[in-house]
Amino acid sequence: MKKLINAPEAVLADALAGIAAAHPELAVDHDNRIIYRGTPTRAGKVALVSGGGSGHEPLHGGFVGTGMLDAACAGEIFTSPTPDQIQEATRVADSGAGVLHIVKNYTGDVMNFEMAAEFAEAETGVKVASVVVNDDVAVEDSTWTAGRRGVGLTVLLEKIVGAAAEEGRDLDSLAALATRINESGRSMGMALTSCTVPAAGKPTFDLPDDMMEIGVGIHGEPGRHRVPLAPAASIAQQLVDPILADLDFTGGPVIAMLNGMGGSPLIELYLMYGEVAKLLEKAGVTVARNLVGNYITSLDMAGCSVTLLRADDETLKLWDAPVNTPGLRWGV
Amino acid sequence: MTVADTVTIDQLVDWLGRFRSLVVDNQRYLTELDSAIGDADHGSNMARGMNAVAEKLETPETVDALFKTVGMTLVSSVGGASGPLYGTFFLRIGTTAGPVTVLDGSALSAALRAGLAGVVARGKAEPGDKTMLDAMLPALDAFDASLASGADLADASAAAFTAAQAGRDDTEDLVARKGRASYLGERSAGHLDPGATSTVYLFQALAGALGGLPE
Repeated sequence: MKKLINAPEAVLADALAGIAAAHPELAVDHDNRIIYRGTPTRAGKVALVSGGGSGHEPLHGGFVGTGMLDAACAGEIFTSPTPDQIQEATRVADSGAGVLHIVKNYTGDVMNFEMAAEFAEAETGVKVASVVVNDDVAVEDSTWTAGRRGVGLTVLLEKIVGAAAEEGRDLDSLAALATRINESGRSMGMALTSCTVPAAGKPTFDLPDDMMEIGVGIHGEPGRHRVPLAPAASIAQQLVDPILADLDFTGGPVIAMLNGMGGSPLIELYLMYGEVAKLLEKAGVTVARNLVGNYITSLDMAGCSVTLLRADDETLKLWDAPVNTPGLRWGV
Repeated sequence: MTVADTVTIDQLVDWLGRFRSLVVDNQRYLTELDSAIGDADHGSNMARGMNAVAEKLETPETVDALFKTVGMTLVSSVGGASGPLYGTFFLRIGTTAGPVTVLDGSALSAALRAGLAGVVARGKAEPGDKTMLDAMLPALDAFDASLASGADLADASAAAFTAAQAGRDDTEDLVARKGRASYLGERSAGHLDPGATSTVYLFQALAGALGGLPE
């Protein structure tokens, strides 16, 4: 394992120190591993709190700031944050207007956010609503699995609902908007290589040089199929087809994200976006906005994911609204 | 009631200490099992949690105080799914046992059953889903059956340990229906479940603390 770290057990604490050094406009609670905006949530504004395992940067801490999140809880690498952490972030971020928890659909994340919401409501009376993001079409959404995973759509949802929260909308309408966004988006990912979790010290799975994993998650979970490596045009097809088969994206504007998993260079991500855009055009899908880059990563995994979101005038307006965070910044 | 038919706070603290040692000694193995079908963190998470428990374990006055500390410490230090699940298990044991200093066999059984019910409520798993439940449920069934047939706590805890191992071994052929392993579908078969494996350590530790293991 070759990594830019001091020690495997110090990665998270050291990374938070780096975020604090790079972003004095944010407030980092090192003991509780929470990243807040530098200024308290304005009175009457619903606070957006998210979090999850670390290793997906810039998600979630990199999306704290005006127009997106109010606080993000950082768990250990690929491990959900704990209820006391989430409860503390919820308590501090609340301005009295309530808190929306944005949770990616993983067994641990859902359980820890559930316990935190129970504790927060019982002990401090904060009003909490939750949205669980589950956009990964690689996983069959059935009673026989933990359900579809939350992946790339989380980024788009945090941006859009964050803009709506800045407008002063109340908790119930933000929760309803978040639910609608979740129902309108789908993602699919692939990996060229495994990632290496620092504490494990070796790749999470073996993937021969001439093979790739289709339908991979963001934690080095193996995907649905292992298939021979193929040209980018074919990979794009294998990502786009299952998304379009799952939900109709024609007949209205779409926001498209081509996301890097952390170990693929930007030149390859743009190349892949070009292939995806061609396929979408052929399928009659109108891309109104796009995002290309590393936004929800899986440590050093090489690969990418595609996320599509059905939009309308309202969501596009919220998408275009100013955002000022380490990971997304425009209009400011 | 003979001494062998009760369990003291010291023995319960010993149980937790033994569980910690087993988890720490086997953390790399647990993480390897988790690499195959999960996200490669079960060993390091459980070791971190039980080390945190060990730091907080002074000699508590009552059983409920002991397990409240253990449960809350695990909930706040483990993360993942294991934190809420093991945390809820110990919290429920404590509330069911109550402010006592000694448990007899039926009180220990009731407390463990409440812990199991907490795991089911939190994780919403069913037997055969390839989870920790698949080791815990047969272990408690064997524990109760053994007590009912007149065995002492040492033998009952040994029977629970044996049943937990069998339950863990049976998870190898199962297809996961809960947790991250469920994303693999059929590919999750052929691997032991990491949570069922750490649950075996829980019952190995209990048998050790109650004199059910050959020294």
